[in-house]
Amino acid sequence: MSQPVDTQTSSEQQAKPKAKHWVYLLPLGLFAVLMVFFFFGLGLNPRLIPSPLIGQPTPVFSLPKLSNPEEMIQHTDFQGEVSLLNIWATWCTSCRQEHPVLMKIAQSKEVPIYGLYYKDVPALGIDWLQNYGDPYRDNAVDEDGKVGIEWGAYGTPETFLIDQNGIIRYKHVGPISWHDWETTLLPMITSLRNNNGV
Amino acid sequence: MIPEIGHFALILALAVALVQAIIPGMGLLCRRVDWMAVAKPAALLQFALVLTAYGILTYSFIVHDFSVLYAANTSNSELPLIYRISGVWGAHEGSLLLWVLILSAWTAILAMYSKHYPDDMAAGVISVLGFISIGFLLFSLFTSNPFIRHFPAPIDGGDLNPLLQDPVMAIHPPMLYMGYVGFAVPFAFAIVALVQGRLDTAWARWVRPWALTAWICLTGGITLGSWWAYYELGWGGWWFWDPVENASFMPWLTGTALIHSLAVTEKRHALRNWTILLAIICFSLSLLGTFLVRSGVLTSVHAFASDPTRGVFVLAFLGLVVGISLSLFAFRAWQLRTLTPFSLVSREMALLTNSVLLLVTMLTVLLGTLYPLILEALGGGKISVGPPYFSRVFIPLMIPVVFLVAVGSLIRWREDNISTLIKQLRTPAILAIVFASVLSLLLPGKASFTAWFALLLTFWVINSCFVQLQQRLRNSQSLLQGLRRTPRGWYGMILAHIGLGFTVVGIALSSVYSQEQDVHMVKGDTRTLGEYRFELVDVERITGPNYEADMGTIRIYKNDKELMTLQPEKRIYNVRKNIMTEAAIHSNLLRDLYVSLGEQRNPVTEAWSVRLYYKPFILWIWLGGLFMVLGGLLAVTDKRYRLEVKQEKIKLDVNHVTAS
Amino acid sequence: MASRFSCLCLLLFFITASPAEIAGFPFESETQEQRFRDLSSELRCLVCQNQSLADSNAGLAQDLRSELYEQVLTGNSNNQIISFMTERYGDFILYKPRFAMKTLLLWLTPILLFSVGIFCLIRFSKFRNQGQQTQVSEEELQRIRALLQAEEEKQ
Repeated sequence: MSQPVDTQTSSEQQAKPKAKHWVYLLPLGLFAVLMVFFFFGLGLNPRLIPSPLIGQPTPVFSLPKLSNPEEMIQHTDFQGEVSLLNIWATWCTSCRQEHPVLMKIAQSKEVPIYGLYYKDVPALGIDWLQNYGDPYRDNAVDEDGKVGIEWGAYGTPETFLIDQNGIIRYKHVGPISWHDWETTLLPMITSLRNNNGV
Repeated sequence: MIPEIGHFALILALAVALVQAIIPGMGLLCRRVDWMAVAKPAALLQFALVLTAYGILTYSFIVHDFSVLYAANTSNSELPLIYRISGVWGAHEGSLLLWVLILSAWTAILAMYSKHYPDDMAAGVISVLGFISIGFLLFSLFTSNPFIRHFPAPIDGGDLNPLLQDPVMAIHPPMLYMGYVGFAVPFAFAIVALVQGRLDTAWARWVRPWALTAWICLTGGITLGSWWAYYELGWGGWWFWDPVENASFMPWLTGTALIHSLAVTEKRHALRNWTILLAIICFSLSLLGTFLVRSGVLTSVHAFASDPTRGVFVLAFLGLVVGISLSLFAFRAWQLRTLTPFSLVSREMALLTNSVLLLVTMLTVLLGTLYPLILEALGGGKISVGPPYFSRVFIPLMIPVVFLVAVGSLIRWREDNISTLIKQLRTPAILAIVFASVLSLLLPGKASFTAWFALLLTFWVINSCFVQLQQRLRNSQSLLQGLRRTPRGWYGMILAHIGLGFTVVGIALSSVYSQEQDVHMVKGDTRTLGEYRFELVDVERITGPNYEADMGTIRIYKNDKELMTLQPEKRIYNVRKNIMTEAAIHSNLLRDLYVSLGEQRNPVTEAWSVRLYYKPFILWIWLGGLFMVLGGLLAVTDKRYRLEVKQEKIKLDVNHVTAS
Repeated sequence: MASRFSCLCLLLFFITASPAEIAGFPFESETQEQRFRDLSSELRCLVCQNQSLADSNAGLAQDLRSELYEQVLTGNSNNQIISFMTERYGDFILYKPRFAMKTLLLWLTPILLFSVGIFCLIRFSKFRNQGQQTQVSEEELQRIRALLQAEEEKQ
């Protein structure tokens, strides 16, 4: 388009062959962009759903304790110190796999673990804890799963890290491994403690 | 010992594929006829080797050789013979081998027919297919070898996924793969045309049957898959916009555009670049589907166990194949520009418009499928894009496509007079409005605009077919003679278009007028759905060959007259303990009655969860698919594809020029 | 056509006005039932990952369905119910993504692509019409001459 336009027809016909060459590059360009996303996509875990509860106060609830149905356990119980909340059930096979790790964490006395005993019969849970050991400070019994919904539970076991102000800081879906504990949870707990939850 | 022979055959196949890819390819570039001559024997040999490997894998399934790790994981001694044979493609490694087998089979068939093509074209195409085969053989041998053994062999195998223990599921994957892989052939033709910088009408004539065959297989595969989902998954759904379904639907959309664009390229020597681009995209999408299914980047009910190395491998291969071919397109395609004239009102334009719309639809489906992935990669959090999104964008894009189907097959090539066109289409349009209005008034329930509009579109397409027939017969002396003279390809087109209409009607009417109840019933309970009354008579425990099941007996009454008894099952397969729903369905052209049995809700009262559906006209969805397949078959067997191509080439081009 | 017609007449008597029962939940009105149906098919079951709440038989889906049922009966609005779900499970639970900044491209691209497609088609056809008379047939003729020549040389 450097020359003044004589007639529309001639200018278009002259400009066309040159001007249109870049169009043929479009598919390649689009494909390149797509490839970049695929490359990053390979590193993502499609099964992991981030929780919107991170940074939020713990959901409001009040449930009977597993050890003593007369007593209640509440969201306010989490305040004052850094703690873990573990959602588990006896029907959940990965919970069985996770259990020894929880025992080890409990023995380290780094952090109290609360349990949310999810959609299961209390008697079975009591047996389980007697047989395999009890890593929990307390267990809340959520027989109908309503409180589980409040916590956004979708796959047991799930573990929440709660700071001393009762704010949820982290969520781990699936069984915790010792590696997870050492590399993720423990450092977070230490830093939360040092910074007083801020 | 025997599995090792299979493994060895696969390694040899890779060596032969290298020869098949490189030597004829070099021959094409260096114009050496003797090098090109390697193509045919190499292709046949590769096929023989892959077939051997595949046969041996099947053998280890049949004789329960559980020392073969893959057989141990996907088969079981209780598995019936037919599922041991189809079980070979029941998981990642075997299905990949099937993919390679089909690719080498297509190549071998092409090699057999190679005398119909110029030597350089045949050699080039076989070479390109060889390169693709190298990629998949490497993939198979290095990341997913089906012949890996482990000792001691387990006593029994891990069983085939019960979802796949179904006759339709036995043929759905091979059919789909034949479609996917089939598009490799038009792709290879396109690459050779780009390399040679030459593309004539004969080229389009060679490619058309291949593209059409691939399209038929893909259509069949998708239709079967959808039908299977409907009767097997137990909640009456037949399309879920699942990433893997989309992965098969995107090549279908592009393939549909391709077969139409090829018609223009053959008949009018126009849209050559467009056809080439579509051929490339079509096969690229087939590869993309492989990547999506096997890398685990997207969650899907279909996804194979994901493995990061596999993901990286397929991604690299995808990048290489598509990257090279799109680069070739970027730098060579403009040489193939055509200036064949056609007006805004012409068949070329109608077909082009539809193929553009199909491509836009494909891109939309692609966007919806990948958007969660893209957003997450950009740190935007995790979202879902599901059926509500897809149906909102897909349907509006399809309406003009279906509308143009009628116009495109009626309008003249090159240039048509808009007023004659309107005159021709006036009668079908008026009749369509009348039929649709009458029928939608007759339909039960609330008058629905959706139903009316779908009927309108369908009658519009069908009526226009009659107008075309009338035009065809106008110049012939007798009806019979006229019908006989009409080429098969034309009947194929009509059949496929009518099939499309059927599918549209099936989708619309079944979604508008379906009724369902999801209830808890105890024995003796009845529920009413429309004019049908369902009674749960009994639930009993039965034992199948490799499963236990609860079988419900549900009696259906209409106006207090017993109509039929349906027996849905809830199966628990012995090995994997999977729970499977076997719905019981009574189908006819007007309605489906669909019953599926859920779990026992209350052990004391013996209440069962039962889903009851009444789905009018749903069969038409798959009937439409069947019509499309039949139409495709008619078109592909048209005798003009069997003519000697070489002698035709010149004559056609001369005709073409005199015409313009 | 006639048989289809008569069968359709039979279909006339089908629809009953009373609200149906879903997932074992009885409904008081048809609007409630419809809302439950719509919402449960627009929410994703998180455990099975590619099924809606309506379709899934998973335990969590059942719990979420009964939560949904209660909220529908209480008279909570669709927006309230949807934010209840997203506050707990995030946007992932929505099969129909919200129209927001981050989904802007998702919702607008189809319209954009459609417009670009139509625009290109119109441009393309104009170009076609201009080239029609002179340039094209000349080029075609040259091409065919070359082709014929090549063919002669071959023989």
